Parts: sequence; structure tokens; C-alpha cells
Amino acid sequence: MEFHAEFAAQRGQFALEMRLRTSGARVGILGESGAGKSMTLRAVAGLLKPASGRIAMGGRALFDSSGGVNLPARERQVGYVFQQYALFPHRTVAQNAAFGLAHLTATERDARLRPLLKRMHLDGMEGRYPGQLSGGQQQRVALARALAIEPQILLLDEPLSALDFHVRALVEKELLDTLAAFRGVTLYVSHNLEEVYRLCDEILVLARGRVLAFGAKDEIFLHPPTAEVARLTACKNISRARALDGMVEALDWGLRLRLGRTDARAQFVGIRANHVTFADAPGGENVFPCSVVESTETPFRRTVYLRLDDAPDSGWHLQAEVWKDRWEELKNRPAPWHVRLDPSRLFVTLA
Amino acid sequence: MDLSPIRLSLEVSVAATAVVTLLGTLVAGWRVRRRGVIFELLDGVFLLPLVLPPTVVGFLLLLMLGRASPIGEFIYQLGLRLVFSWNAAVIAAAVTTFPLMYMTARAALEQVDASLAEAARTLGAGEGRIFREILLPLAWPGLAAGMVLTFARALGDFGATLILAGNIPGRTQTLPLAIFFAVEAGDTQEAVRWSLVTVAISLAALGALNLWTRHRTGLAMRVVQQD
Repeated sequence: MEFHAEFAAQRGQFALEMRLRTSGARVGILGESGAGKSMTLRAVAGLLKPASGRIAMGGRALFDSSGGVNLPARERQVGYVFQQYALFPHRTVAQNAAFGLAHLTATERDARLRPLLKRMHLDGMEGRYPGQLSGGQQQRVALARALAIEPQILLLDEPLSALDFHVRALVEKELLDTLAAFRGVTLYVSHNLEEVYRLCDEILVLARGRVLAFGAKDEIFLHPPTAEVARLTACKNISRARALDGMVEALDWGLRLRLGRTDARAQFVGIRANHVTFADAPGGENVFPCSVVESTETPFRRTVYLRLDDAPDSGWHLQAEVWKDRWEELKNRPAPWHVRLDPSRLFVTLA
Repeated sequence: MDLSPIRLSLEVSVAATAVVTLLGTLVAGWRVRRRGVIFELLDGVFLLPLVLPPTVVGFLLLLMLGRASPIGEFIYQLGLRLVFSWNAAVIAAAVTTFPLMYMTARAALEQVDASLAEAARTLGAGEGRIFREILLPLAWPGLAAGMVLTFARALGDFGATLILAGNIPGRTQTLPLAIFFAVEAGDTQEAVRWSLVTVAISLAALGALNLWTRHRTGLAMRVVQQD
């Protein structure tokens, strides 16, 4: 079923221009705070009225300014998991989960809730209050409550951000299982790139209320349409560029690069830090002399800051991310090192 | 001994508290999270009885509800006696205490997390159900405190009651009025007696609130300890 959200909304000075049309299962909405992510969800849920446009699921219009349609939130059947979960503190787990099922008989309610609570590993906790639950359990209650109404659209607003770091990975795995079983469209809002990449199929990049990019996640990561999208999706190496005799000249790096896929209108060239590799010897395609300025370590990887010998200015120019064991092999090599920028990993953008 | 001032004071205060709790909570519920100059102005009107001297409130009510005004004449034609009656004592107490209940109820409702109502809305609940099942229970401690304040203030009203309801023993003479006219008549003993009764009732109301709050806190403690 196709989900369709094309609308303009205004709140104070902030204007949001949303263009989203998908038949995919899980769309990650990525952007910094204040980009308009939560506002998008609120408009879809009916908690905020757009100025114009259309929001529809399949043939069912939730909002259509030209047709005068604006279903109130309570009639939209949209499951919404709030950032802080918004559980009703004076109601038990079972009462929270059943809140959207007031129209059913007790027997029907029970029939729907029992398997759902079991699936969400909440059986045995029905009588507890939200204040007695851990963050991960609260998140599952919020998810169960939203899924209980059997929505066609599920909205998740930073569902992992309220959790302690050490439980996040576990809860994320559970969430992935739940989302994979959900038949409908999920809009997943986050500012965490890796989380969105792991949980979603498609990514929409939002900045200052505008859609900068939308597409399959690998396409967005490997071929970002603009330098800004590359930056927002955590590409660390971007240089101003111009096309030259079938090659690309990277102006900030002082390099001439050969690319697998290029464009005569190239404005920027970039490569992700984890795609930067090292050659054992000089010579070869896109291999350039460089030296290490400094390096920092994370538990499993090391980030290396490189100065290119041919670059016009000093400081560092490229960031490379290498696994720790590779770093052990590399670190005692004499200078100069030889950095290799794989032609199939380099990309250009037109803006 | 005529105990009617005690009976009247309790009747009038309970009736005024009931009316004001209902009205104050509903108006606060309607007003909550609405923004705009019109609502600010409306707040001024709602809070006016709090800043005006009670005698002025009583006098304005008398002008409004007396037979000289069109409203008063209309009510009179309906066969209702509003001024100088038990009803008048309730109206006087209700109008002077309304701001207290309204302010406390508004504060109590506003501190309920707005996303709870939004979550309820996405789950299919109408505004009435949200008010009954989410806002009221979560704002309840604040509302209860407002009710006690309202009751205590209603019990103590003198000026507005005197002007709108008069001092009719057995019909509108509440405790504060009985005390004033006892003092004026030089009957100190009676004034002391009524004063002690008033102190006792007020203390009882505060005590009830205290006990109730401790009970609630006790429940909350038990919930935490279970965990």
C-alpha cells in the first residue's frame, strides 16, 4: 500500500515542506534537532494541521486540503510512540495497552492483548505501573499500546533516545523484530545515523524543514545527492571539486581523482572515512602520499587524520577509519604512507 | 441556643464548594493550553473577585441580581428569590471563591504532561474521555487542595454575603455574620463561641487534606518499595 505525505506546515517562524511517497516498509527520517522531524510525525498523526497538501494511506485520505479532509487524530488509526513514551502513570501496563480498545468487549480486548503482550515480553507485568518498569519495558508498553489499535501507520519518535546506553542495543534488536513483523508503513524519526541505517529500508534526510534526500538507504549512503546530505549522513571527507579531462580535481586536497561514476557538472567529491584504505607502495590508481597528523581510538576502530603531501594548505585533509588489527599492521610503517581512494567508493555531487 | 449559624455556614460552604469545584474545574479544563489575548483578558475577569474587596463584589452582585436590573427583574419574573436568601449566600460565597478554585485547578491541569492527552487522542479517545480518564485523575491532588481552600474561604466570607444575602437569622446569618453582630451587640461570649466553632471547622478541613495527602504519599511509597 502506498503512503503519501506531501504537505506544507507552519509553526511560528518555522516552515516544513514535506514530500514523501513510499510503498516501502520502514522509512527513517534523519535530521538534526529542529529539522522538522517530530513536526512531520505530528502532522501525520493529526496533532498538527498542515496549511496545505495531502496525507493518505492507500486510498484513504487522512488530510487533504483540496478535498477539505482533516480527520481528527482519534479517527486516524495511527500508532504513535512518543519520545518519552507518554505512558499513563496512573494506569497499569494492561490498562495502558488496552486504552485504545475501549470500543471492544472485554473478551475481544483480552483476545487481542494477550498475544500482543506475550510477543512484547510483557506477560506477567500486566498489573505493574509505568513507574515500576525499566526504560526498555516502558518502551515495549508504549509500542504494544500503539500496535494494539492495529494501525496501518506506525510513528516512532526517537524511541531509543530515552534509554541508557547499555540497554539500547538489546532494545534495538527487539524493536527490529517488532518492526519486521509489522504490516504497514513505519516512520522512524532519529538523529542517530547508524540506528536509522540498521532499522530502516529507506531514508529521508531533513534539514531546516526541507527534504534534502529520499531513497533506498544504500543509495543515500553511497551516492548522496548533495554535499550537505553527505555531511548529514556522516561523510567525513568532502572537497570542492571540478571535472577535468574525464577526471575530477579535488580542490581542497590538491588531487586528481579517477572515479567509477562521475559527472561533468561535479561540484564536490567525497569518500566515507571507512572507505579510505592504504596501499603498501606508491603508484597505482588514486594512490597518494600522505602522513599521519594524529589519531584517536574507539573500542574497535581507530580514526586516523591524514595530511596529503600535495594539498594546498596544512592541517589535516582526510579522515580514515581502520579496524584495530589493521592499525597494528600500519602503525610502525615509515613515512610517507600511501592513501588509496577507491574509484568505486568516491562519489561526486552537483551541489 | 440557636445553632443555625453553624448549620447555615456548613450548608452554604458545602454548596458553594460543590458549585465552584464543578465550574472552576470545567472552566480551567477549557482554558488550559489555549493562548491568546482574549483568554488573558478572560482570566482577568475570572480573577477579579479575588482582588476586589468582598463588599464590592457583593454590591456589584446586588446591582446585577436585584430587581432594579433587567437580569434581576427577569429572575424575579421566573419566581426565583436570589437576593437576601439562602441562594444569595451561596452565590456570594461561590463568586468570591471561584478564582481560588479556578487558579488551583488550572495549575493542576497544566502540570499534566501534554503528550499524555496527545497519546490518548491518537488512541481514539475523545476530549471528554481524556478529561475524565487522564486529566482529572492526574490533577486530582491539586484539585483536592483547591477544594479545601475554596471551602475555607467560603466559610469565612463576610462582606459579599452581608451585602447580597443580608443578615437574616436562621436564613442567611452565617458564622462570620453572627460573630460580627454579636460583637456589635456587646455579646463577647457568643462571639467567642462562634469564633471557636469556626476555628474548629477550618482546622478539620485542613486536617482532612493533610491526612488525605499523607495517605496518597503512603500509597506512592508502597508502590516504589514493591519495585
